[in-house]
Amino acid sequence: MNYFLNFTCCIFFFTSCAQENFPAIETPSAINYSFELVVDEIDIPWGMDFINESELLVTELSGILYRVSDGIKKVVSGLPEVYLRGQGGLLDVALHPEFKNNNLIYLTLASSLGDNPGGNTSLYQATLVGNSLEKVSLLYKASPNTKKGQHFGSRIAFDEKGHIYFSVGDRGNRDQNPQDISRDGGKVYRLNLDGTIPEDNPFFSSPKAKQAIFSYGHRNPQGMTVHPSTGAIWVNEHGPQGGDEINKLESGKNFGWPLITYGINYSGTSITDKTSNPKMEQPFYYWVPSIAPSGMAFSTSDIYKGWKNNLFVGSLKFEYLERLVIEGNKVVKREKILDKIGRVRNVKQGPDGYLYLGVEGRGIIKIMPL
Amino acid sequence: MKILVLTYLLSLGIFFNYLFQNKTKKESIKAGSEIYQDFCVQCHLSTGIGVFGLFPPLKASDYLLENTNLSIAGIKYGLKGKIIVNNEEYDGLMIRQGLDNEEVADVMNYILNEWGNETTDFITPNQVSKIPKSLVE
Repeated sequence: MNYFLNFTCCIFFFTSCAQENFPAIETPSAINYSFELVVDEIDIPWGMDFINESELLVTELSGILYRVSDGIKKVVSGLPEVYLRGQGGLLDVALHPEFKNNNLIYLTLASSLGDNPGGNTSLYQATLVGNSLEKVSLLYKASPNTKKGQHFGSRIAFDEKGHIYFSVGDRGNRDQNPQDISRDGGKVYRLNLDGTIPEDNPFFSSPKAKQAIFSYGHRNPQGMTVHPSTGAIWVNEHGPQGGDEINKLESGKNFGWPLITYGINYSGTSITDKTSNPKMEQPFYYWVPSIAPSGMAFSTSDIYKGWKNNLFVGSLKFEYLERLVIEGNKVVKREKILDKIGRVRNVKQGPDGYLYLGVEGRGIIKIMPL
Repeated sequence: MKILVLTYLLSLGIFFNYLFQNKTKKESIKAGSEIYQDFCVQCHLSTGIGVFGLFPPLKASDYLLENTNLSIAGIKYGLKGKIIVNNEEYDGLMIRQGLDNEEVADVMNYILNEWGNETTDFITPNQVSKIPKSLVE
């Protein structure tokens, strides 16, 4: 009897460890959508933003910025020097909220500016004139440089109050960067649109802190968007193996990496046995197993039946777009959209209300309802 | 006296050789293992077996072991399109990782001598510097 009990306990232990976090991913029973390719032949379409319904900007990780007009891509000149190393390169692009009046854009990219060898994530502002950039200015450069290849972040988002947010990953130094507010890395930053630091930033008055920090304890946020009704900034971030997260940001909050996590090392060894701490935030949702999330957008249009206000996240690992249905404060349903489409690097809702995906090896595709 | 001079010259030779030589194979493999953990492990895994049909294996890989220069070019410039590894087709994209010639040599020496892989070749930064992009175009 005793033996039997031990045996069942063991079985329960192992199966519960391996269990997916609820809700399990579903394959839709009926598929009422397809896709069309709108921009072709981009190896890694990392970031994109829309100038209008027929024009958009797309970044290619290797250091090319494209201006695409009716599907025809032209290379934009005048880019600052991009440091290519591992996951680093040209990352996100975003139009200033008043782009129509000022032609300003923002870029995040890996840069080797500074004294130490290597590079780190930087935020630039520039004026887009036709197919070239003018008045290119550096707004923020994370330091120190390092030759590590991992975790540059980075996504850009704006709130309604005149702030720009951008993320920088832990740069492969989880023991020093994410929990130390006097260091860059493992942070989301908030600046005014002109690059100055808002005086109501949470650590503005802390003498040793990096004043631009908005939240910390992040690993590698590569998705960021604004909730359409609350205006809150949402991020998704790559965890280690298991433990990718969606977090709702709040000023000054600590999201726990690497002191609390639902993930483990790639080698299978444990990082910490703690998944919570009263001084740290719990994720809004976490993925076990990891999907390797990148890009994030809410659908707010009526174009797709039943998708309004759902959250969409790209999966690099499983090569689909994930649809998350949120009720109250919980994820109640997860579904695979365009299964096996390729590594989904980015997702955005265009000004026409359609969902656009950056898919590695393909380019930009648009989801079409049937 | 003759022997003394000879011994002196010999030790001088060994000393200068020690000063100016590049990494030994062992040192290169060790440096390469660190590069591997940093840039390669996420796809090719710590076991070097990759993911069948998605990320090709390095362990016992005919592609790697039978054409070293092609693999060097792949790491140095990036690799895109169809390749056949151990009779399985892979049609993916390995982006250029931004490694310098010495780092490419180190990681090559590591993957050529890990997981039971074995080779008498010793890849040097000089050899890497001479590999042309045309190999992978």
